[in-house]
Amino acid sequence: MFPYIPNTKQDEEKMLDFIGKSSIDDLFEDIPKSIALNRSLNLDHPLSEVEVSKKVSTMANKNISTDEYPCFLGAGAYDHYIPSIVPRLMFRSEFYTSYTPYQPEINQGTLQVIFEFQTMIANLTGMDVSNASLYDGPTATAEAALIALDKQKGNTIVVSKSVHPETRRILKTYMDCKDVQVKEIDIKDGATDLEQLKSTINKDTLGVIVQNPNFFGVIEDYTDAVELAHNNKALMIMNVDPISLGILKTPGEYGADIAVGEGQSLGNPLNFGGPYLGFMAVKKSLMRKMPGRIVGQSEDHEGNRAFTLTLQAREQHIRREKAISNICSNQALNALAATIYMATLGKKGLKEVAMQSSQKAHYTYRELLKTGKFKEVYNKPFFKEFVFETSMDIDQLNNKLLEKGIIGGFNIEKAYPNRKNQILFCVTEKRTKEEIDNLVNVLEVIL
Amino acid sequence: MKVLNDLFYTKEHEWVKVEGEEAYIGISDYAQHELGDIVYVELPEIDDEFDAEESFGVVESVKAVSDLYMPVGGTIIEVNEELEDEPELVNEDAYENWIIKVKMTDKSELDELLSGEEYQAYCAEEE
Repeated sequence: MFPYIPNTKQDEEKMLDFIGKSSIDDLFEDIPKSIALNRSLNLDHPLSEVEVSKKVSTMANKNISTDEYPCFLGAGAYDHYIPSIVPRLMFRSEFYTSYTPYQPEINQGTLQVIFEFQTMIANLTGMDVSNASLYDGPTATAEAALIALDKQKGNTIVVSKSVHPETRRILKTYMDCKDVQVKEIDIKDGATDLEQLKSTINKDTLGVIVQNPNFFGVIEDYTDAVELAHNNKALMIMNVDPISLGILKTPGEYGADIAVGEGQSLGNPLNFGGPYLGFMAVKKSLMRKMPGRIVGQSEDHEGNRAFTLTLQAREQHIRREKAISNICSNQALNALAATIYMATLGKKGLKEVAMQSSQKAHYTYRELLKTGKFKEVYNKPFFKEFVFETSMDIDQLNNKLLEKGIIGGFNIEKAYPNRKNQILFCVTEKRTKEEIDNLVNVLEVIL
Repeated sequence: MKVLNDLFYTKEHEWVKVEGEEAYIGISDYAQHELGDIVYVELPEIDDEFDAEESFGVVESVKAVSDLYMPVGGTIIEVNEELEDEPELVNEDAYENWIIKVKMTDKSELDELLSGEEYQAYCAEEE
Protein backbone atom coordinates (compact mmCIF):
# COMPACT_ATOMS: atom_id res chain seq x y z
CA MET A 1 0.00 0.00 0.00
CA PHE A 2 1.25 3.47 -0.82
CA PRO A 3 2.57 5.21 2.28
CA TYR A 4 0.73 8.51 2.53
CA ILE A 5 3.88 10.55 2.97
CA PRO A 6 4.20 13.07 0.15
CA ASN A 7 8.00 13.60 0.25
CA THR A 8 9.95 12.05 -2.58
CA LYS A 9 13.51 10.73 -2.25
CA GLN A 10 14.70 13.90 -4.00
CA ASP A 11 12.78 16.08 -1.47
CA GLU A 12 14.43 14.22 1.38
CA GLU A 13 17.90 14.60 -0.06
CA LYS A 14 17.35 18.31 -0.66
CA MET A 15 16.24 18.83 2.94
CA LEU A 16 19.09 16.76 4.39
CA ASP A 17 21.57 18.61 2.23
CA PHE A 18 20.20 21.97 3.46
CA ILE A 19 20.72 21.09 7.13
CA GLY A 20 24.00 19.33 6.45
CA LYS A 21 23.07 15.75 7.27
CA SER A 22 23.72 12.74 5.12
CA SER A 23 20.83 10.47 6.18
CA ILE A 24 17.58 10.41 8.17
CA ASP A 25 19.30 8.25 10.81
CA ASP A 26 21.71 11.13 11.46
CA LEU A 27 18.75 13.07 12.86
CA PHE A 28 18.62 10.59 15.72
CA GLU A 29 22.34 10.51 16.50
CA ASP A 30 21.70 12.03 19.95
CA ILE A 31 20.10 8.75 21.04
CA PRO A 32 22.78 6.44 22.51
CA LYS A 33 23.39 3.30 20.44
CA SER A 34 22.92 1.19 23.58
CA ILE A 35 19.19 2.03 23.87
CA ALA A 36 18.36 2.39 20.18
CA LEU A 37 16.43 -0.43 18.50
CA ASN A 38 18.80 -1.94 15.96
CA ARG A 39 16.26 -3.86 13.90
CA SER A 40 12.99 -3.17 12.08
CA LEU A 41 9.71 -3.20 13.97
CA ASN A 42 8.05 -6.59 14.09
CA LEU A 43 5.20 -5.77 11.70
CA ASP A 44 3.52 -7.79 8.99
CA HIS A 45 4.64 -7.09 5.47
CA PRO A 46 2.86 -4.16 3.80
CA LEU A 47 -0.45 -4.79 2.05
CA SER A 48 -1.95 -3.20 -1.02
CA GLU A 49 -5.10 -1.10 -0.64
CA VAL A 50 -7.32 -3.85 -2.00
CA GLU A 51 -5.77 -6.34 0.46
CA VAL A 52 -6.28 -4.01 3.42
CA SER A 53 -9.86 -3.34 2.40
CA LYS A 54 -10.60 -7.05 2.16
CA LYS A 55 -8.94 -7.88 5.49
CA VAL A 56 -10.80 -5.15 7.40
CA SER A 57 -14.20 -6.00 5.93
CA THR A 58 -13.70 -9.71 6.70
CA MET A 59 -13.00 -8.78 10.30
CA ALA A 60 -15.96 -6.37 10.44
CA ASN A 61 -18.28 -9.01 9.04
CA LYS A 62 -17.67 -11.18 12.09
CA ASN A 63 -19.81 -8.70 14.03
CA ILE A 64 -23.50 -9.46 14.24
CA SER A 65 -25.60 -6.35 13.73
CA THR A 66 -29.26 -5.59 14.28
CA ASP A 67 -29.58 -5.28 10.50
CA GLU A 68 -29.26 -9.07 10.18
CA TYR A 69 -30.54 -10.40 13.51
CA PRO A 70 -33.79 -9.27 15.15
CA CYS A 71 -32.91 -7.66 18.49
CA PHE A 72 -34.83 -8.19 21.74
CA LEU A 73 -32.18 -6.45 23.83
CA GLY A 74 -32.78 -3.01 25.35
CA ALA A 75 -31.78 -2.03 28.90
CA GLY A 76 -30.92 1.56 28.05
CA ALA A 77 -30.02 1.45 24.35
CA TYR A 78 -32.78 0.81 21.84
CA ASP A 79 -33.15 -0.55 18.33
CA HIS A 80 -35.82 1.84 16.99
CA TYR A 81 -36.19 2.45 13.29
CA ILE A 82 -34.17 5.35 11.86
CA PRO A 83 -35.78 6.91 8.77
CA SER A 84 -33.27 7.19 5.92
CA ILE A 85 -33.68 10.97 5.85
CA VAL A 86 -31.81 11.14 9.19
CA PRO A 87 -28.40 9.86 7.98
CA ARG A 88 -28.95 11.45 4.55
CA LEU A 89 -29.21 14.95 6.03
CA MET A 90 -26.80 14.37 8.88
CA PHE A 91 -23.98 13.33 6.54
CA ARG A 92 -24.25 16.51 4.47
CA SER A 93 -20.80 18.04 4.74
CA GLU A 94 -22.16 21.35 6.13
CA PHE A 95 -23.52 19.48 9.16
CA TYR A 96 -21.14 16.56 9.42
CA THR A 97 -18.03 18.67 9.90
CA SER A 98 -19.58 20.90 12.54
CA TYR A 99 -18.28 20.40 16.02
CA THR A 100 -19.90 22.18 18.95
CA PRO A 101 -19.27 25.76 17.87
CA TYR A 102 -16.32 27.55 19.43
CA GLN A 103 -16.66 30.56 17.20
CA PRO A 104 -20.39 30.29 17.57
CA GLU A 105 -22.04 33.23 15.86
CA ILE A 106 -20.57 32.52 12.44
CA ASN A 107 -22.14 29.05 12.59
CA GLN A 108 -25.76 30.16 12.28
CA GLY A 109 -26.90 26.82 10.81
CA THR A 110 -25.42 24.79 13.64
CA LEU A 111 -26.90 27.18 16.20
CA GLN A 112 -30.33 26.93 14.57
CA VAL A 113 -30.22 23.13 14.76
CA ILE A 114 -29.35 23.30 18.47
CA PHE A 115 -32.09 25.90 19.05
CA GLU A 116 -34.64 23.59 17.41
CA PHE A 117 -33.31 20.59 19.37
CA GLN A 118 -33.82 22.54 22.61
CA THR A 119 -37.34 23.57 21.60
CA MET A 120 -38.35 19.99 20.79
CA ILE A 121 -36.81 18.55 23.97
CA ALA A 122 -38.59 21.19 26.07
CA ASN A 123 -41.90 20.35 24.34
CA LEU A 124 -41.36 16.60 24.65
CA THR A 125 -40.51 16.68 28.36
CA GLY A 126 -43.05 19.40 29.18
CA MET A 127 -40.32 21.52 30.79
CA ASP A 128 -39.60 25.25 30.39
CA VAL A 129 -36.10 25.17 28.97
CA SER A 130 -33.59 22.64 27.58
CA ASN A 131 -29.84 22.85 27.08
CA ALA A 132 -27.91 21.98 23.92
CA SER A 133 -27.42 18.30 25.01
CA LEU A 134 -24.87 16.51 27.20
CA TYR A 135 -22.61 13.48 26.73
CA ASP A 136 -25.14 10.75 27.50
CA GLY A 137 -28.10 9.87 29.72
CA PRO A 138 -26.12 8.74 32.80
CA THR A 139 -23.83 11.81 32.92
CA ALA A 140 -26.87 14.05 32.32
CA THR A 141 -28.41 12.46 35.43
CA ALA A 142 -25.25 13.09 37.46
CA GLU A 143 -25.17 16.70 36.20
CA ALA A 144 -28.76 17.09 37.43
CA ALA A 145 -27.61 15.96 40.88
CA LEU A 146 -24.90 18.67 40.74
CA ILE A 147 -27.60 21.29 40.10
CA ALA A 148 -29.41 20.04 43.21
CA LEU A 149 -26.15 20.31 45.17
CA ASP A 150 -25.72 23.92 44.10
CA LYS A 151 -29.33 24.98 44.50
CA GLN A 152 -30.55 23.14 47.61
CA LYS A 153 -29.20 22.69 51.11
CA GLY A 154 -28.16 19.28 52.36
CA ASN A 155 -25.69 16.46 51.71
CA THR A 156 -27.65 13.51 50.31
CA ILE A 157 -29.00 12.40 46.96
CA VAL A 158 -31.73 9.77 47.10
CA VAL A 159 -31.99 7.43 44.11
CA SER A 160 -34.30 4.52 43.42
CA LYS A 161 -32.76 1.11 42.68
CA SER A 162 -35.15 0.95 39.75
CA VAL A 163 -32.88 3.50 38.02
CA HIS A 164 -30.47 1.94 35.48
CA PRO A 165 -27.56 0.35 37.44
CA GLU A 166 -24.94 2.02 35.24
CA THR A 167 -26.57 5.43 35.75
CA ARG A 168 -26.35 4.88 39.52
CA ARG A 169 -22.68 3.93 39.29
CA ILE A 170 -21.85 7.09 37.36
CA LEU A 171 -23.91 9.14 39.81
CA LYS A 172 -21.90 7.69 42.72
CA THR A 173 -18.61 8.48 40.98
CA TYR A 174 -19.66 12.12 40.53
CA MET A 175 -21.04 12.43 44.06
CA ASP A 176 -17.98 10.85 45.71
CA CYS A 177 -15.89 13.78 44.48
CA LYS A 178 -18.38 16.24 46.02
CA ASP A 179 -18.70 14.45 49.38
CA VAL A 180 -22.38 13.87 48.74
CA GLN A 181 -23.92 10.69 50.10
CA VAL A 182 -26.02 8.61 47.71
CA LYS A 183 -28.85 6.69 49.39
CA GLU A 184 -30.56 3.97 47.35
CA ILE A 185 -34.21 3.03 47.75
CA ASP A 186 -35.20 -0.63 47.40
CA ILE A 187 -37.56 -2.02 44.82
CA LYS A 188 -40.91 -3.40 45.90
CA ASP A 189 -42.98 -5.28 43.30
CA GLY A 190 -40.96 -3.76 40.47
CA ALA A 191 -41.36 -0.17 41.62
CA THR A 192 -39.67 2.24 44.04
CA ASP A 193 -40.60 1.38 47.65
CA LEU A 194 -42.56 4.52 48.59
CA GLU A 195 -42.60 3.74 52.33
CA GLN A 196 -38.81 3.51 52.34
CA LEU A 197 -38.58 6.65 50.25
CA LYS A 198 -40.74 8.45 52.79
CA SER A 199 -38.58 7.40 55.72
CA THR A 200 -35.35 8.24 53.86
CA ILE A 201 -36.11 11.73 52.52
CA ASN A 202 -35.45 14.50 55.01
CA LYS A 203 -34.27 18.10 55.06
CA ASP A 204 -30.73 16.97 54.18
CA THR A 205 -31.97 15.56 50.87
CA LEU A 206 -30.78 17.60 47.90
CA GLY A 207 -32.65 15.71 45.25
CA VAL A 208 -34.59 12.54 44.43
CA ILE A 209 -33.75 10.62 41.25
CA VAL A 210 -36.18 8.23 39.60
CA GLN A 211 -36.55 6.66 36.17
CA ASN A 212 -39.65 6.22 34.02
CA PRO A 213 -40.25 3.67 32.62
CA ASN A 214 -37.85 2.18 35.13
CA PHE A 215 -34.97 -0.20 34.36
CA PHE A 216 -37.40 -3.17 34.33
CA GLY A 217 -39.69 -1.43 31.85
CA VAL A 218 -42.30 -0.79 34.55
CA ILE A 219 -44.27 2.45 34.34
CA GLU A 220 -44.17 3.88 37.86
CA ASP A 221 -46.53 6.46 39.32
CA TYR A 222 -44.37 9.21 40.80
CA THR A 223 -47.13 11.54 42.04
CA ASP A 224 -46.37 10.84 45.73
CA ALA A 225 -42.60 10.87 45.19
CA VAL A 226 -42.78 14.38 43.70
CA GLU A 227 -44.77 15.61 46.68
CA LEU A 228 -42.37 13.97 49.15
CA ALA A 229 -39.39 15.57 47.45
CA HIS A 230 -40.93 19.04 47.36
CA ASN A 231 -42.16 18.88 50.96
CA ASN A 232 -38.53 18.36 51.94
CA LYS A 233 -37.14 21.08 49.66
CA ALA A 234 -35.45 18.50 47.44
CA LEU A 235 -35.38 18.68 43.65
CA MET A 236 -37.30 16.00 41.76
CA ILE A 237 -35.10 14.61 38.98
CA MET A 238 -36.72 12.31 36.43
CA ASN A 239 -34.75 10.19 33.98
CA VAL A 240 -37.07 9.36 31.09
CA ASP A 241 -37.13 7.41 27.82
CA PRO A 242 -37.91 10.12 25.24
CA ILE A 243 -39.83 7.69 23.02
CA SER A 244 -42.16 6.86 25.91
CA LEU A 245 -43.13 10.52 26.22
CA GLY A 246 -45.18 10.08 23.06
CA ILE A 247 -47.80 8.42 25.26
CA LEU A 248 -46.79 8.71 28.93
CA LYS A 249 -47.19 11.54 31.44
CA THR A 250 -44.27 13.97 31.03
CA PRO A 251 -41.88 15.11 33.78
CA GLY A 252 -43.46 18.55 33.35
CA GLU A 253 -46.92 17.13 34.05
CA TYR A 254 -45.54 15.37 37.14
CA GLY A 255 -44.14 18.68 38.41
CA ALA A 256 -40.53 17.45 38.22
CA ASP A 257 -37.79 20.07 38.51
CA ILE A 258 -35.33 18.45 36.11
CA ALA A 259 -35.91 16.01 33.25
CA VAL A 260 -32.93 14.09 31.90
CA GLY A 261 -32.44 11.03 29.76
CA GLU A 262 -30.61 9.10 27.09
CA GLY A 263 -31.37 10.49 23.65
CA GLN A 264 -29.92 7.61 21.58
CA SER A 265 -33.32 6.19 20.69
CA LEU A 266 -34.11 9.46 18.88
CA GLY A 267 -32.60 8.66 15.49
CA ASN A 268 -29.17 7.48 16.65
CA PRO A 269 -27.92 3.96 15.81
CA LEU A 270 -26.74 1.61 18.57
CA ASN A 271 -23.13 2.09 17.35
CA PHE A 272 -21.81 -0.70 19.62
CA GLY A 273 -22.33 1.58 22.63
CA GLY A 274 -21.79 5.14 21.50
CA PRO A 275 -21.49 8.00 20.86
CA TYR A 276 -24.90 8.82 22.27
CA LEU A 277 -26.36 12.03 23.66
CA GLY A 278 -27.87 13.09 26.96
CA PHE A 279 -30.64 15.62 27.24
CA MET A 280 -31.60 17.90 30.10
CA ALA A 281 -34.58 20.23 30.53
CA VAL A 282 -35.48 22.21 33.64
CA LYS A 283 -38.00 24.54 35.22
CA LYS A 284 -37.35 28.20 34.49
CA SER A 285 -36.11 28.83 38.03
CA LEU A 286 -33.18 26.45 37.41
CA MET A 287 -32.28 27.82 33.98
CA ARG A 288 -29.15 29.63 35.19
CA LYS A 289 -27.93 26.49 36.94
CA MET A 290 -27.93 24.31 33.83
CA PRO A 291 -24.58 22.93 32.67
CA GLY A 292 -23.33 23.29 29.13
CA ARG A 293 -24.77 25.59 26.57
CA ILE A 294 -28.05 27.16 25.56
CA VAL A 295 -28.63 28.66 22.16
CA GLY A 296 -30.97 31.64 22.12
CA GLN A 297 -32.86 33.42 19.38
CA SER A 298 -32.13 37.08 18.86
CA GLU A 299 -31.91 39.74 16.14
CA ASP A 300 -28.84 41.00 14.31
CA HIS A 301 -28.18 44.72 13.75
CA GLU A 302 -30.35 44.65 10.63
CA GLY A 303 -33.28 43.13 12.51
CA ASN A 304 -32.92 39.63 10.99
CA ARG A 305 -33.60 36.50 13.01
CA ALA A 306 -30.26 35.36 14.42
CA PHE A 307 -29.04 32.72 16.86
CA THR A 308 -26.55 33.17 19.64
CA LEU A 309 -24.83 31.13 22.30
CA THR A 310 -26.31 32.55 25.48
CA LEU A 311 -25.13 30.36 28.30
CA GLN A 312 -21.50 29.50 28.09
CA ALA A 313 -19.57 32.37 29.59
CA ARG A 314 -19.90 31.48 33.22
CA GLU A 315 -18.26 28.08 33.15
CA GLN A 316 -15.89 28.58 30.33
CA HIS A 317 -14.40 32.01 30.75
CA ILE A 318 -15.11 33.43 34.18
CA ARG A 319 -15.85 32.14 37.66
CA ARG A 320 -14.44 28.74 36.73
CA GLU A 321 -13.74 28.00 40.39
CA LYS A 322 -17.44 28.53 41.20
CA ALA A 323 -18.85 26.57 38.28
CA ILE A 324 -21.19 23.69 39.14
CA SER A 325 -20.11 21.81 36.05
CA ASN A 326 -17.16 21.99 33.69
CA ILE A 327 -19.13 20.83 30.68
CA CYS A 328 -18.36 23.27 27.88
CA SER A 329 -19.45 21.09 25.01
CA ASN A 330 -22.43 19.22 23.64
CA GLN A 331 -23.07 16.24 21.38
CA ALA A 332 -23.82 18.39 18.35
CA LEU A 333 -23.89 15.66 15.70
CA ASN A 334 -25.99 13.26 17.78
CA ALA A 335 -28.32 16.11 18.74
CA LEU A 336 -28.62 16.89 15.02
CA ALA A 337 -29.72 13.28 14.36
CA ALA A 338 -32.26 13.55 17.20
CA THR A 339 -33.54 16.86 15.81
CA ILE A 340 -34.02 15.49 12.29
CA TYR A 341 -35.68 12.38 13.76
CA MET A 342 -38.14 14.36 15.88
CA ALA A 343 -38.89 16.79 13.04
CA THR A 344 -39.51 13.86 10.67
CA LEU A 345 -41.83 11.96 13.00
CA GLY A 346 -43.66 14.89 14.53
CA LYS A 347 -46.04 14.49 17.47
CA LYS A 348 -48.17 11.89 15.69
CA GLY A 349 -45.21 9.83 14.50
CA LEU A 350 -43.59 9.71 17.92
CA LYS A 351 -46.87 8.62 19.47
CA GLU A 352 -47.16 5.91 16.80
CA VAL A 353 -43.64 4.61 17.56
CA ALA A 354 -44.47 4.52 21.28
CA MET A 355 -47.83 2.80 20.74
CA GLN A 356 -46.47 0.18 18.34
CA SER A 357 -43.50 -0.60 20.59
CA SER A 358 -45.79 -1.00 23.57
CA GLN A 359 -48.37 -3.11 21.73
CA LYS A 360 -45.74 -5.41 20.23
CA ALA A 361 -44.06 -5.78 23.64
CA HIS A 362 -47.42 -6.75 25.16
CA TYR A 363 -48.06 -9.24 22.35
CA THR A 364 -44.64 -10.83 22.95
CA TYR A 365 -45.34 -10.92 26.69
CA ARG A 366 -48.65 -12.77 26.20
CA GLU A 367 -47.26 -15.22 23.64
CA LEU A 368 -44.26 -16.08 25.81
CA LEU A 369 -46.48 -16.62 28.87
CA LYS A 370 -48.64 -19.02 26.82
CA THR A 371 -45.63 -21.31 26.28
CA GLY A 372 -45.65 -22.08 30.01
CA LYS A 373 -41.85 -21.80 30.05
CA PHE A 374 -41.80 -18.34 31.61
CA LYS A 375 -43.36 -16.73 34.63
CA GLU A 376 -43.83 -13.03 35.09
CA VAL A 377 -41.73 -11.34 37.74
CA TYR A 378 -43.85 -8.23 38.23
CA ASN A 379 -47.52 -7.69 37.75
CA LYS A 380 -47.21 -4.02 36.81
CA PRO A 381 -47.98 -1.89 33.75
CA PHE A 382 -44.97 -1.79 31.40
CA PHE A 383 -43.92 0.12 28.29
CA LYS A 384 -41.66 -1.77 25.87
CA GLU A 385 -39.63 -3.97 28.26
CA PHE A 386 -40.57 -6.67 30.79
CA VAL A 387 -38.86 -9.18 33.10
CA PHE A 388 -39.47 -12.93 32.94
CA GLU A 389 -38.07 -15.79 34.98
CA THR A 390 -37.29 -19.20 33.48
CA SER A 391 -35.55 -22.46 34.30
CA MET A 392 -32.37 -21.84 32.31
CA ASP A 393 -29.32 -19.71 32.96
CA ILE A 394 -29.82 -16.56 30.87
CA ASP A 395 -26.34 -16.41 29.30
CA GLN A 396 -26.86 -19.98 28.13
CA LEU A 397 -30.31 -19.13 26.80
CA ASN A 398 -29.00 -16.07 24.94
CA ASN A 399 -26.21 -18.12 23.34
CA LYS A 400 -28.75 -20.62 22.06
CA LEU A 401 -30.87 -17.78 20.67
CA LEU A 402 -27.80 -16.36 18.93
CA GLU A 403 -27.21 -19.73 17.26
CA LYS A 404 -30.73 -19.37 15.85
CA GLY A 405 -30.06 -15.84 14.60
CA ILE A 406 -31.81 -13.92 17.38
CA ILE A 407 -30.35 -11.34 19.78
CA GLY A 408 -31.87 -12.19 23.18
CA GLY A 409 -32.65 -10.08 26.22
CA PHE A 410 -30.62 -8.58 29.09
CA ASN A 411 -29.43 -10.93 31.82
CA ILE A 412 -30.76 -9.28 35.01
CA GLU A 413 -28.16 -11.14 37.09
CA LYS A 414 -25.44 -8.95 35.56
CA ALA A 415 -26.83 -5.89 37.33
CA TYR A 416 -28.59 -7.53 40.30
CA PRO A 417 -26.32 -10.49 41.23
CA ASN A 418 -28.79 -12.32 43.50
CA ARG A 419 -31.40 -12.55 40.77
CA LYS A 420 -30.80 -15.72 38.75
CA ASN A 421 -32.58 -16.87 35.57
CA GLN A 422 -34.29 -13.52 34.98
CA ILE A 423 -34.33 -11.89 31.56
CA LEU A 424 -35.35 -8.39 30.45
CA PHE A 425 -36.90 -8.50 26.99
CA CYS A 426 -37.29 -5.38 24.86
CA VAL A 427 -39.60 -5.06 21.86
CA THR A 428 -39.56 -1.98 19.64
CA GLU A 429 -41.79 -1.04 16.70
CA LYS A 430 -39.13 -2.55 14.40
CA ARG A 431 -39.98 -6.13 15.41
CA THR A 432 -42.43 -7.81 13.06
CA LYS A 433 -45.07 -10.35 14.07
CA GLU A 434 -43.05 -12.95 12.15
CA GLU A 435 -39.90 -12.17 14.18
CA ILE A 436 -41.81 -12.27 17.47
CA ASP A 437 -43.54 -15.57 16.62
CA ASN A 438 -40.19 -17.01 15.61
CA LEU A 439 -38.68 -15.95 18.97
CA VAL A 440 -41.55 -17.67 20.79
CA ASN A 441 -41.21 -20.88 18.74
CA VAL A 442 -37.44 -21.02 19.15
CA LEU A 443 -37.71 -20.45 22.92
CA GLU A 444 -40.31 -23.22 23.18
CA VAL A 445 -37.81 -25.62 21.66
CA ILE A 446 -34.79 -24.39 23.65
CA LEU A 447 -36.44 -24.48 27.08
CA MET B 1 -20.55 58.72 42.92
CA LYS B 2 -23.46 58.81 45.34
CA VAL B 3 -23.05 57.70 48.97
CA LEU B 4 -25.94 57.99 51.42
CA ASN B 5 -24.85 58.89 54.91
CA ASP B 6 -27.63 57.08 56.78
CA LEU B 7 -26.52 53.62 55.53
CA PHE B 8 -23.83 51.15 56.59
CA TYR B 9 -21.36 49.83 53.97
CA THR B 10 -18.95 46.94 53.42
CA LYS B 11 -15.62 46.88 51.62
CA GLU B 12 -17.33 44.50 49.16
CA HIS B 13 -19.62 47.44 48.25
CA GLU B 14 -22.90 46.25 49.79
CA TRP B 15 -25.03 48.68 51.78
CA VAL B 16 -27.32 48.04 54.77
CA LYS B 17 -30.34 50.09 55.74
CA VAL B 18 -31.45 49.25 59.26
CA GLU B 19 -35.13 49.27 60.31
CA GLY B 20 -35.32 47.98 63.88
CA GLU B 21 -34.32 44.30 63.89
CA GLU B 22 -34.62 44.11 60.13
CA ALA B 23 -32.44 45.43 57.33
CA TYR B 24 -32.54 46.06 53.60
CA ILE B 25 -29.38 45.11 51.71
CA GLY B 26 -28.25 46.22 48.26
CA ILE B 27 -25.12 47.21 46.34
CA SER B 28 -23.68 50.72 46.26
CA ASP B 29 -23.81 53.25 43.45
CA TYR B 30 -20.03 52.82 43.12
CA ALA B 31 -20.51 49.06 42.65
CA GLN B 32 -23.21 49.38 39.98
CA HIS B 33 -21.08 51.92 38.13
CA GLU B 34 -18.02 49.66 38.22
CA LEU B 35 -20.03 46.61 37.09
CA GLY B 36 -21.66 48.33 34.15
CA ASP B 37 -24.98 47.14 32.69
CA ILE B 38 -26.42 44.55 35.05
CA VAL B 39 -28.13 41.68 33.23
CA TYR B 40 -28.99 39.26 36.02
CA VAL B 41 -29.35 39.17 39.79
CA GLU B 42 -29.50 35.74 41.41
CA LEU B 43 -31.63 35.94 44.53
CA PRO B 44 -31.71 33.63 47.56
CA GLU B 45 -34.92 32.02 48.80
CA ILE B 46 -37.06 33.26 51.66
CA ASP B 47 -36.15 31.63 54.98
CA ASP B 48 -32.58 30.93 53.85
CA GLU B 49 -30.13 31.70 56.64
CA PHE B 50 -26.67 33.20 56.14
CA ASP B 51 -23.75 34.22 58.35
CA ALA B 52 -22.02 37.54 57.89
CA GLU B 53 -19.64 37.49 54.90
CA GLU B 54 -21.34 34.43 53.41
CA SER B 55 -22.35 34.67 49.74
CA PHE B 56 -26.12 35.07 49.32
CA GLY B 57 -26.39 35.69 45.61
CA VAL B 58 -24.74 36.73 42.39
CA VAL B 59 -24.88 39.82 40.24
CA GLU B 60 -23.98 39.47 36.60
CA SER B 61 -23.17 42.38 34.31
CA VAL B 62 -21.96 42.57 30.74
CA LYS B 63 -18.46 42.92 32.19
CA ALA B 64 -18.32 40.57 35.16
CA VAL B 65 -20.03 38.16 37.50
CA SER B 66 -19.66 38.94 41.20
CA ASP B 67 -20.81 37.30 44.39
CA LEU B 68 -22.94 39.21 46.84
CA TYR B 69 -21.87 38.93 50.49
CA MET B 70 -23.91 39.31 53.65
CA PRO B 71 -22.81 42.44 55.55
CA VAL B 72 -24.45 40.97 58.67
CA GLY B 73 -25.82 37.53 59.48
CA GLY B 74 -29.56 36.95 59.16
CA THR B 75 -32.58 35.20 57.72
CA ILE B 76 -34.03 36.24 54.37
CA ILE B 77 -37.54 37.60 54.87
CA GLU B 78 -38.04 39.24 51.48
CA VAL B 79 -36.33 39.37 48.08
CA ASN B 80 -36.80 42.08 45.47
CA GLU B 81 -38.58 40.04 42.80
CA GLU B 82 -38.71 43.01 40.43
CA LEU B 83 -35.01 42.40 39.79
CA GLU B 84 -35.79 39.00 38.21
CA ASP B 85 -37.25 40.71 35.16
CA GLU B 86 -35.61 44.14 35.45
CA PRO B 87 -32.09 43.72 36.85
CA GLU B 88 -31.19 47.08 35.26
CA LEU B 89 -33.12 48.81 38.07
CA VAL B 90 -29.96 48.44 40.16
CA ASN B 91 -28.13 50.60 37.59
CA GLU B 92 -30.91 53.19 37.64
CA ASP B 93 -30.90 53.65 41.40
CA ALA B 94 -28.73 51.34 43.49
CA TYR B 95 -30.11 52.61 46.80
CA GLU B 96 -33.81 52.64 45.91
CA ASN B 97 -33.60 49.12 44.48
CA TRP B 98 -32.63 46.92 47.39
CA ILE B 99 -31.87 43.22 46.77
CA ILE B 100 -32.86 41.40 49.97
CA LYS B 101 -34.51 42.15 53.29
CA VAL B 102 -33.23 40.20 56.30
CA LYS B 103 -33.97 39.69 59.94
CA MET B 104 -30.61 40.26 61.58
CA THR B 105 -29.17 37.58 63.88
CA ASP B 106 -26.88 39.89 65.83
CA LYS B 107 -27.21 43.66 65.48
CA SER B 108 -23.77 44.20 67.03
CA GLU B 109 -22.28 42.99 63.74
CA LEU B 110 -23.24 46.40 62.35
CA ASP B 111 -20.38 47.89 64.38
CA GLU B 112 -17.94 46.18 62.01
CA LEU B 113 -19.32 48.04 58.98
CA LEU B 114 -18.26 51.33 57.43
CA SER B 115 -20.15 54.60 57.85
CA GLY B 116 -21.01 56.72 54.83
CA GLU B 117 -17.96 58.95 55.34
CA GLU B 118 -15.64 55.96 55.83
CA TYR B 119 -17.01 54.24 52.73
CA GLN B 120 -16.58 57.40 50.66
CA ALA B 121 -12.95 57.60 51.77
CA TYR B 122 -12.48 53.88 51.03
CA CYS B 123 -13.83 54.23 47.49
CA ALA B 124 -11.65 57.30 46.87
CA GLU B 125 -8.65 55.15 47.80
CA GLU B 126 -9.79 52.38 45.46
CA GLU B 127 -10.01 54.77 42.49
